[in-house]
Amino acid sequence: MKEFTVVLNGELHRLSGAPSLEDLLSQLELDPRAVVVELNRRIVRKQELAVTRLAEGDAIELVHFVGGG
Amino acid sequence: MSELIAGVETGLDQPLVIAGKSFRSRLFVGTGKYRDNEQMAAALEASGAECVTVAVRRVELDRRKEASILHHLDPTKYFLLANTAGCYSAEEAIRFARLGREAGFNDFVKLEVIGDKETLLPDSEGLLLAASTLVKEGFTVLAYSNDDLITALRLEEAGCAAVMPLASPIGSGLGLLNPYSIRTIKRRLSVPVIVDAGVGTASDACLVMEQGVDGILMNTALAEAGEPVAMATAMRLATEAGRLAFLAGRMPKREVAAPSSPTTGMVS
Repeated sequence: MKEFTVVLNGELHRLSGAPSLEDLLSQLELDPRAVVVELNRRIVRKQELAVTRLAEGDAIELVHFVGGG
Repeated sequence: MSELIAGVETGLDQPLVIAGKSFRSRLFVGTGKYRDNEQMAAALEASGAECVTVAVRRVELDRRKEASILHHLDPTKYFLLANTAGCYSAEEAIRFARLGREAGFNDFVKLEVIGDKETLLPDSEGLLLAASTLVKEGFTVLAYSNDDLITALRLEEAGCAAVMPLASPIGSGLGLLNPYSIRTIKRRLSVPVIVDAGVGTASDACLVMEQGVDGILMNTALAEAGEPVAMATAMRLATEAGRLAFLAGRMPKREVAAPSSPTTGMVS
């Protein structure tokens, strides 16, 4: 399977095949309801996660709520 | 715990309303810096606050089994106010605000654009720019600002739903440094004024509310107290006491004494 590299939360991350963002969250064991996904600085809505495929050089940010003032 | 603040119960006050949303408490609290989530949840409960702030940060991929803060904040019980803490430009704050709206349950954002790492004082220029953009995008913007009337007026003109001037720098615990500025901002603005940041103890909160502002927001004063749950209770009472004292109207100050007991009928 073809391998490629993305930048995930600022770190290089190897992926193979043609995974969607939903696949990535699943691999990372993250609940899509509790995470917001930004792909190349654009927010990806929950319903788009399954149809958004990742490619070489993509910058992905996975964020959620933490304690703050 | 009473559902309404004392002022409402006495008929002197109305609930605080921001952009059509009514809040049962005038005390807003943050969720950062607690020892653990259990302590945070207990302090929030004791504070009586309905509106609680949260921050947006990267998921820690190697510690993902940890419970998200949402597991400890029932969204049917608390109104979650996402902040843009840690943002040093309008562009960054706008990005965080959008992420927070996507992560959360409402269009409210506590907008922070910080201008200096040592004091964490707001960058008024960046704040105004970000506020204008976010208002146009449909956000309900509560803007953390300096205690400067002109900035506060500009933020109101930009469409902010509330202005949040500081009592003193974030996390400083220095209390209310400029009551005059806060009173002036309150007097001149039509939108709610929520004093945010700098209170250290209950008397600070009481003094803030005695200026007539609509509410108060704090985090470190609770989280870094020796007993956060007890301090949260103290802050709830102080916020209500200060509000009620403001509504009651204090007596005038005099430079001379005025006896409280009758001056006649003394035994000679």
